[in-house]
Amino acid sequence: MPAPLVEAINLRKYFKTAKGMLHAVEDVNLKVYPGKTLGVVGESGCGKSTLGRTILRLHQATSGQVLFQGEDILKYRKKDMKKVHLNMQMVFQDPYSSIDPRMSVRGIIAEPLEVCGALSDKKEINERVEQIMELCGLPANHANLYPHELDGGLRQRVGLARAMAVSPKFIVCDEPVSALDVSIQAQILNLLMDLQDDRGLSYMFITHDLCVVKHISSEIMVMYMGQVVEYAPTEELFRNQLHPYTRALLAAIPTVDLSRRNRERHTLTGEVSSPINPAPGCRFAPRCPYATEQCRREYQLREVSPGHFVACNQCR
Amino acid sequence: MAKRKKSLSEYSTGQLVLYRFSKNKLAMFGVVLLAAMALVILLGPLVVPEESVSMMHIPERFSAPGENGFLFGSDEFGRDLFARILYGGRISLFCSLAVIAIAFVVGAIIGGAAGFFGGKVDSVLMRFIDILMAVPSALLAMAIITALGNGVWKLVVALAIGQIARFARTVRASVLTLRNMEYVEAAKCYGSSSMRIILKHILPNGIGPIIVSATLTLGQTILSISSMGYLGLGVASPTPEWGTIISENKVNLQDFPHLGLIPGICICLTVMAVNFIGDGLRDAFDPRTKN
Amino acid sequence: MADNTKNTSENLLEVSDLHVQYRTDDAIVHAINGLSLRVKQGEKLGLVGETGAGKTTLALSILRLLPARVGEITQGSIVYNGDNLLDQPESFMLGLRGKRISMIFQDPMTSLNPTITVGKQILEVLDLHFPELSKADKSEKVDEILKMVGIPPSRKEDFPHQFSGGMKQRIVIAMALIAEPELLLADEPTTALDVTIQAQILDLMRELKDKFNSAVILITHDLGVVAEFCDTVAVVYSGRVVEYGTVEQIYARRENHPYTSGLFNCIPDLTSNAPRLVPIPGRMADPRIPIEGCCFADRCPHCTERCRKAAPPVVERDGHGIMCHLFTEGGER
Repeated sequence: MPAPLVEAINLRKYFKTAKGMLHAVEDVNLKVYPGKTLGVVGESGCGKSTLGRTILRLHQATSGQVLFQGEDILKYRKKDMKKVHLNMQMVFQDPYSSIDPRMSVRGIIAEPLEVCGALSDKKEINERVEQIMELCGLPANHANLYPHELDGGLRQRVGLARAMAVSPKFIVCDEPVSALDVSIQAQILNLLMDLQDDRGLSYMFITHDLCVVKHISSEIMVMYMGQVVEYAPTEELFRNQLHPYTRALLAAIPTVDLSRRNRERHTLTGEVSSPINPAPGCRFAPRCPYATEQCRREYQLREVSPGHFVACNQCR
Repeated sequence: MAKRKKSLSEYSTGQLVLYRFSKNKLAMFGVVLLAAMALVILLGPLVVPEESVSMMHIPERFSAPGENGFLFGSDEFGRDLFARILYGGRISLFCSLAVIAIAFVVGAIIGGAAGFFGGKVDSVLMRFIDILMAVPSALLAMAIITALGNGVWKLVVALAIGQIARFARTVRASVLTLRNMEYVEAAKCYGSSSMRIILKHILPNGIGPIIVSATLTLGQTILSISSMGYLGLGVASPTPEWGTIISENKVNLQDFPHLGLIPGICICLTVMAVNFIGDGLRDAFDPRTKN
Repeated sequence: MADNTKNTSENLLEVSDLHVQYRTDDAIVHAINGLSLRVKQGEKLGLVGETGAGKTTLALSILRLLPARVGEITQGSIVYNGDNLLDQPESFMLGLRGKRISMIFQDPMTSLNPTITVGKQILEVLDLHFPELSKADKSEKVDEILKMVGIPPSRKEDFPHQFSGGMKQRIVIAMALIAEPELLLADEPTTALDVTIQAQILDLMRELKDKFNSAVILITHDLGVVAEFCDTVAVVYSGRVVEYGTVEQIYARRENHPYTSGLFNCIPDLTSNAPRLVPIPGRMADPRIPIEGCCFADRCPHCTERCRKAAPPVVERDGHGIMCHLFTEGGER
């Protein structure tokens, strides 16, 4: 196994709110290997986006470490951050608010290059912008268009091109296809996979959609209310999911397979409780059909088989 | 078409804004109007001596426009209305523009910082703004002038302080919605400084409502200056200014409407020109306006 | 497309050759172009399509709620229980909306009034459509419907912000169903919700549908949701129904419109192991420009000269209709 490109160790992010501490991300450990994709799955409010932003230092972590090529970037001073900016980028969910409506496509893609000082010559920047646009499947004559002239799929390509401009090694993709139509979604997913094959990129792919994540990830991490509940290689997870939440999540996905139409559904009852000042123990326990007293007391992620981690006291 | 597109790409964003602005007929009309008025006001004194502002020609009082050599007529003391408007314009036009400019800049900085940084910065700055807002702006201006003493520039500062709160609040509101946009986060991802984010992403996107609010405030400011003058604050008495000219002639308006109409029209034209320019600027910053 | 052999009286809703336009400052947007569909009593129809296909416009046209002066029905008819809705006065529509036809909107966060308690909001529907009921009866009905959607009636004094997204959608459903409508238009009712909550809401809708036997038009982009919930499917593209039939006919994937096949191919499915998805190339045609031939021609892998010249007719076999030249005489299949 090569050394991980990005690693989070006991990463924790709390937010102070009027009602108390909101535990958005709780002691998360993860590794992203070069050229691989880690899928992070969970429902809204499970802390998956916060996790991605904390890794990129868009949020200041409460405690823990984020290692990029072995160096803790959370300890970096302002002047060292350039290494982070040149290597770690982000693609956002909403194709409408993620690119500045007042800038042309060329301006949007050129800005990271100007800010990072990677290139200073105007001509060089223009050439680079054209290369990146081609790479991301944007027609060259779109360079002078403005975002309102583009549809969702093209905007998302612009967002991706902006992230790709500085040739990063690692990209956090925060629900990059969930706002798109299915036919466009497939185009963007294929583009992401092509870029990965071409350039050996690593992704952290945040989504609520297990089907999408199955497609693109080599490993999957399932989160529930800030805690990791299951973490396994993709095939292992789909063959042998152990945590009741992962199972419920899979069962809830509507499928186009009519043979599974009248299957017995174990619909999860209840809803996510508040992550503000949560009780100790497994946070899924209130909705879990198998929860015991022990579950309400302790939460621990255990390795049940090589590379397969589960946070459930019932299966070991 | 293709050729034009290509030439467009060579413009910077600033040039594009100027280009779009110059294509806006109403805005250009506003610019020409305002420039013409400014020019007349600036160059007028070369033709009309300052004494004619207060020189009384009692026998020729209440001349109609054009009568007895008075272009705009004369008032109840037989003073030349044209000269008064010319010299008054220096105060009405330039002071009110200065008031708006100062309030705009200071308000944008305070509101921008409060909205962008949030937290303690926001609390402290906005409490300060609340205090400013709690005092009626006329009262505030009076207090400041009383403290600083009379004078045109002191008046400008006093009135500007009264308007800061309005701009700060408008700017803060738009910054608050814009700072959470994903493109701002993206800008942080590639290491843009706060200053760059504010100037490059937040200001251009939030400027529309701020400009509208600025142009609407202008007319009000011209009138504020005159009400200050009415109270004997700010502008020293013999120097006329548009609002004052209207108010000193108010008893004679029924018989000699031109005494009120002409300075009134001047105020209207100024406000209108600035409004056109403001709308033009707002649209010029918006790429959705066609090139 | 009108099928005269069918007994029309059994159709609750019959939309024929509907054309809807939106007028903007500089162009006319052709949102719906000759759309026809039928819904029987108690039928669960899934209306599938992507953004801009005209799904929501259709729902708004049925309720005659298109934005005034901007949206206009230029052609066609919408016959509901024998009445052409397009000829009825507004007063007729007022008695229809919320009582005989209700609508559930996509976003539960914005479809409730934040300043009124949820109990009062549900009660309002009864006040409007059943003014003859006594206060006690109405209150009892509100409690009953809340229980049915799984919300304790004791919470009717609460305001919308005190509920989660899934709970709010339950309340919206309660409002839509309290008048026991004959037809329920559900516009992406679960899109804004998490999958586990979506499963709960779909279960609930299934259960309630059985109870009230309302017909449902479920508007969605999610083929999976349709497979789980609906009896029949209409696939909409560019403001036309390009394929319709029962769920079994369409999901068998033996004979499909190329667009429907494309949709099936590009969804990442849990059961497939294909390494790459097959996207539909290109994007939907600009709705401002009227199309001469087939609306899908530009993106279709089977496109021929004929497709660009003439709009294909609907070929129907056993109630499975496909609007494509491939299935006409002289076509490949």
